[in-house]
Amino acid sequence: MNSLIFSTISRLLVGLMLLFSVFLLWRGHNEPGGGFIGGLVAAAGIIVYGLAEGPAMMRKLLRVNPRTLVLIGLLTAMFAGILPLLQDNAFLTGMWMFIGATATDKGLALGTPLIFDIGVYLVVVGGVAGMVIALEEEL
Amino acid sequence: MNGLLIACLLIPMITAAVSFISTNSAKLRGATSIAGSGLLLMIAIILLYQVAIGGPVSNQMGGWQAPMGITLIADTLSAILIVVTAIVALSVNIYAIGDISEERIAGGFFTFLNMLIAGVMGAFLTGDLFNLYVWFEVMLISSFALLVLGGNKVQLDGAVKYVAINLISTVLLLTAIGLLYGLTGTLNMADLSMRVPQVENQALVAVVAVLFLIAFGIKAAVFPLYFWLPASYHTLPISVTAVFAALMTKVGIYALMRTFTLIFPGEHSAIDMTLLCLGVLTMILGVFGAMTHSDIRRILAFHVIGSIGFMLLGLGLGSALAMGAAIFYMVHGILIKALLFMIAGIIGKLGGSFELSRLGGLYQERPGFSILFLLAALSLIGIPPLSGFWAKLLIIEAGLHHDAPLIITSVILVSLLTFIPLIRIWSEAFWKPKPLDVELLSAEQSSDEPLDSKTPPSVATGTEVVAPSISLPNKYAWFPVIGLSIIVLLIGFFPGNLIKLSDSAAKSLMNPSTYLDTVLPNRPSVKANANEVQQ
Amino acid sequence: MEILLSLLVGVLMSVSVWMLLSRNLVKFLFGLVLISNVANLIIFKVGGLTMGAPPLIVDGIAAEYANSLPQALVLTAIVIGFGLVSFTLVLALKAYQAIGTLNVDEMTLAEKRQDPDDSSEPS
Repeated sequence: MNSLIFSTISRLLVGLMLLFSVFLLWRGHNEPGGGFIGGLVAAAGIIVYGLAEGPAMMRKLLRVNPRTLVLIGLLTAMFAGILPLLQDNAFLTGMWMFIGATATDKGLALGTPLIFDIGVYLVVVGGVAGMVIALEEEL
Repeated sequence: MNGLLIACLLIPMITAAVSFISTNSAKLRGATSIAGSGLLLMIAIILLYQVAIGGPVSNQMGGWQAPMGITLIADTLSAILIVVTAIVALSVNIYAIGDISEERIAGGFFTFLNMLIAGVMGAFLTGDLFNLYVWFEVMLISSFALLVLGGNKVQLDGAVKYVAINLISTVLLLTAIGLLYGLTGTLNMADLSMRVPQVENQALVAVVAVLFLIAFGIKAAVFPLYFWLPASYHTLPISVTAVFAALMTKVGIYALMRTFTLIFPGEHSAIDMTLLCLGVLTMILGVFGAMTHSDIRRILAFHVIGSIGFMLLGLGLGSALAMGAAIFYMVHGILIKALLFMIAGIIGKLGGSFELSRLGGLYQERPGFSILFLLAALSLIGIPPLSGFWAKLLIIEAGLHHDAPLIITSVILVSLLTFIPLIRIWSEAFWKPKPLDVELLSAEQSSDEPLDSKTPPSVATGTEVVAPSISLPNKYAWFPVIGLSIIVLLIGFFPGNLIKLSDSAAKSLMNPSTYLDTVLPNRPSVKANANEVQQ
Repeated sequence: MEILLSLLVGVLMSVSVWMLLSRNLVKFLFGLVLISNVANLIIFKVGGLTMGAPPLIVDGIAAEYANSLPQALVLTAIVIGFGLVSFTLVLALKAYQAIGTLNVDEMTLAEKRQDPDDSSEPS
């Protein structure tokens, strides 16, 4: 699509949407959001960019082969499941650590669900973007 | 102990990812995949040993206790099937090295193959109905990918039918699960088995049971809903066909066994009758379909359908004896189907075609290989002392116990008829002299070619399976073929252990109290008694 | 609300079955999209509808709460359905490009009757 307006706007939009997707990913455990939704938003941003600039630029934006991204995401998610096994917990048990916790405040909570969500995020971004790239290249 | 169940799921998935990410070389990808499935086989054997010694093993995902969390459970049936699946996975991985084109491997063949195996493993291991649906989808999506990978026209044509009917079955399965959840408020299979008898509206339960029957029946290619299987299987590379034929339909049968013994047990005489009728019809249809075709792969595809019928008979008769026969048949069926398709692949390579009319003279060229085929074919037919004989004998024995002369007659009749298509392959591809036929055809096709040329007529479709020229099979192809033949022979000569195992698997299917105790250690005993009375 | 949803399920189901019976692959696909949404609606409905109540309640305070499991199930089913439908769309497109028709009656490449004399196109 050769539209100056669209391609200018899409560059703005892709940054905003990627940022928003990370925000959604981050708040996923206490509020609506999470890896899947964040991934969809990120993929939507990449697709908007791809519609304006074409599939080749989309690949450039992703930097890695979308299939590799999917599989890295899968490995990440599985890693989050395996971590608790090392401590004799069941597979996929949520394990948390609290950075800077005080008596009243839990501080910064980081846990295996976050790793799992990042994996889901990567799978969704890679999967959806890969599908659209393949279709765009086809047409 | 807990780790084993998880490992059965994780190993294929990690292999899928690692084999694709770590390298671009087709050889290395294959090697990673083989290593992964080798490890899987070891774990599966350890698991089977543990289950055979110490009873079912279960594991709660995420530490949420049943029935809240997702349960993984391996009882004897699951453990047997997991070992067999791992054997097939290893053989297909080895076979694929010589069979699958580099282009397909670059597209992620080994990734999808391993994800398919993960899906099958998950379906065998899960104790949660919705989780079963999810694993079915993992399996289905990977099979779709394998179906169209490197696709040419014919492959896409077969894929459309396969995808369409399987998606409908998926929706039916989802609907049935939703309705069952609405009736009982639980998805854990052990919990369901205690709550379903308490549901007031048993008519609705029967409706849900029929929905499950249809959904799993489509997956298993049962009689009226079989047509997607012969329409698609022969369009694929042999490695893919082998794994599909060996595993995909059997997962459907496994799911039928599980749901109809655990969730809808007891005297559903109408459903049992239906299963028996479907079994007989599927069997007869499979063997007659096989007779009408002249492409080796299509003949074998119809035999896949036929063998589904035998397993349905075992399930329909409904006693522990019959169920044990069905389980034995399943193990035999998985191994023999993988073996026969791999042999068909070698025939295709050696003869340059899968069309019986254009093959011939293989016995003169390769007597040893011909014996391998003969053994596998005779085993499928059920000639003593090969594995198929014991499988069919057990089903007939169960039929005798149930006083079902019609069943016995049809089993014997179908076994006899199975002779015809297989002996046709034998006489056409192996005994018939070769050069005359092929050369006449090739002379008709292109008159400028010399008559003594070994090249068969040029092939219009671009399938790599239908090799345009006669080629020697890759040397790797022999390992899985010989390995599987040895296993089939061993089962044939020493069936005792497997019969014992499948009998104990059947007993625990028919009386699921140990299964229930493993999943729900604190289940109320009153309900337990009620459930045992039901048996 | 429950009756309305049940009626909707019925209407959508009949529409989607009608579309699934179509010879046209694209119509079939739309039917598939509809019927998978029908299945999701069924799960949603049979899980019990609780209006205006949160799925998670504050510890120690007994309050009305909504069953969140059906929503989790539906979400999973939607994700899977999304993947399957997009795959099928691409498959239909590819099949159209390769075979040149969307009429499933004409898609007979894989099952062409073999004429022993005509060896030009083995399937």
